[in-house]
Amino acid sequence: MKMHRLLGLGYLTPYILGLLVFTAIPFGGSLYLSFTSYDLMSEPRWTGLANYERLFTRDRTFIKSLNVTLLYVFLTVPLKLAFALFIAAILNHKLMFIGLFRTAFYVPSILGGSIAIAVLWRYIFATEGLANMALATLGLSPVDWFGDPTNALFTITLLRCWQFGSAMVIFLAALQSIDRSLYEAAAIDGAGKVRTFFFITLPLLTPVIFFNLVMQMVQAFQEFNGPYIITQGGPLKATYLLPLYIYDEAFKKFNMGYASSIAWVLFTIVTALTLVAFWSSKKWVYYAGDKRS
Amino acid sequence: MTELATFNDLQTAPRARLKLISTAFRYILLFAVGFVMLYPLIWLVGASFKTNSEIFAGAGFLPEKPTADGYIKGWQTSTPYTFGRFFWNSFQIILPKVIGTAISCTLTAYAFARFDFPLKKILFGSVIAILLLPNVVTRIPQYILFRDLGWLDSFLPLWVPSALAGDAFFVFMLVQFLRSLPTDMEEAARVDGANSIQTLIYIVVPMLAPALISVCLFQFMWTMNDFLGPLIYLSSVDKYPVSLALKLSIDTTEAFEWNRILAMSVLTIAPALIVFFAAQRYFIEGISSGGIKG
Repeated sequence: MKMHRLLGLGYLTPYILGLLVFTAIPFGGSLYLSFTSYDLMSEPRWTGLANYERLFTRDRTFIKSLNVTLLYVFLTVPLKLAFALFIAAILNHKLMFIGLFRTAFYVPSILGGSIAIAVLWRYIFATEGLANMALATLGLSPVDWFGDPTNALFTITLLRCWQFGSAMVIFLAALQSIDRSLYEAAAIDGAGKVRTFFFITLPLLTPVIFFNLVMQMVQAFQEFNGPYIITQGGPLKATYLLPLYIYDEAFKKFNMGYASSIAWVLFTIVTALTLVAFWSSKKWVYYAGDKRS
Repeated sequence: MTELATFNDLQTAPRARLKLISTAFRYILLFAVGFVMLYPLIWLVGASFKTNSEIFAGAGFLPEKPTADGYIKGWQTSTPYTFGRFFWNSFQIILPKVIGTAISCTLTAYAFARFDFPLKKILFGSVIAILLLPNVVTRIPQYILFRDLGWLDSFLPLWVPSALAGDAFFVFMLVQFLRSLPTDMEEAARVDGANSIQTLIYIVVPMLAPALISVCLFQFMWTMNDFLGPLIYLSSVDKYPVSLALKLSIDTTEAFEWNRILAMSVLTIAPALIVFFAAQRYFIEGISSGGIKG
């Protein structure tokens, strides 16, 4: 059996190689770089905490960018998940053409991060674009989507909510796996639709809600294509998310050390929120067969 | 009709009507959402055949005077290359990336799902860690590494990490799938004297096929859509994939030639759409079983 034990590691060689070279070493490297000043030309120069001190005390752009990023994530993730769950709950009835609707709702997710879709968004929310024409038909006045700071961020949130399909498919699969006898029992006990949803469906969905929440959050913190193409971070840096700032510092100005420190602040926030989610999940996520619940 | 039946009908009629209304309401809502989901895409295709003056003139998608001008001029681009060149570049990234992902992730999933070895827990933990790790953190040192290797402005940085099972999501998905498969076929093969590689190729891979197809399809889509990777690593226009080429054409012509941009946007998303509609079963199953970003 000794042979057998090493065989597994043998199959894992490509993965371990990739893990070390492309993830583990770069991970440590970026932490090191975040304490240096490095312009790619000369050797990295150790500057201690100077980068972090500058970020939090003197860098107005960073504070603005951090606020915008948090606003974006806390706006986009709940909206997208709530919408996905709502549609999944509607689809989870014996309706005709369910497959057709599911496919239609999933198409935007497939095109996801595509540049073409970001381009399309610029046309739709242009002053004379589709969105304002639709508002005009409803008798509403046109909106300055890209000129107004709050609206500009919201167009990107809308783009990502438009791509609710993959979260919806996961919710739908989970909804369909719920044992029907639970609903029958609830109906016999006299529970209405709303009560059934909140006391039976929702608790049973918490594992997938948790999964979707963590995945969508990690992803939202890394949003780049949307603001880069649609708004270029403007107006007045209202859509200048941290990944854009990191990109500009690293690959336009070649401040590799400073950019690394921004990346590490972002990483710390994402990790902290993920840990909070995991830690709190013990209190609100229900796993079937789990004796504690 | 007996009296009792009439009585029952009277009792159930309001409930049936309520049910009908609620069903109708569901359909109306689903159609409305479906319309909002798909109209932008329908409009995109229609508008790509419009003249530039017509694009912002109305919300309808049917062009009044259809023209392929956007496609013809857009295809030529403002560079010395046509869009055909950029599609070819995308293909040169996609092909090794998809093949490399399929092979390396299969090996990795096979190891995790079927073998016991030292450090297994920690190594599988690293898969989850990579899954949750924001790429932003490793990007800068990776760039420096690729520079030192002399790989900048080549396709290598765009596919080599994936060919070493770098996309943890696919590893995770295949491990989950493989764990759910029974092992008796593999044991039978082993009894018959097959070694672990033969078992992998002749027994495991065929069983894994549906999940592997999902992996390849998703990797194809994501690579086609990838923008930041090429933006960072590629500097010469002759190596641009379609995503970068589209961005370039926005920068050079958007002020006036809208239909060219829209036409090239349609071409950019066409491969992904065709693949999706041809194989949607694998996409839906892939997400439902493993959960997916997007």
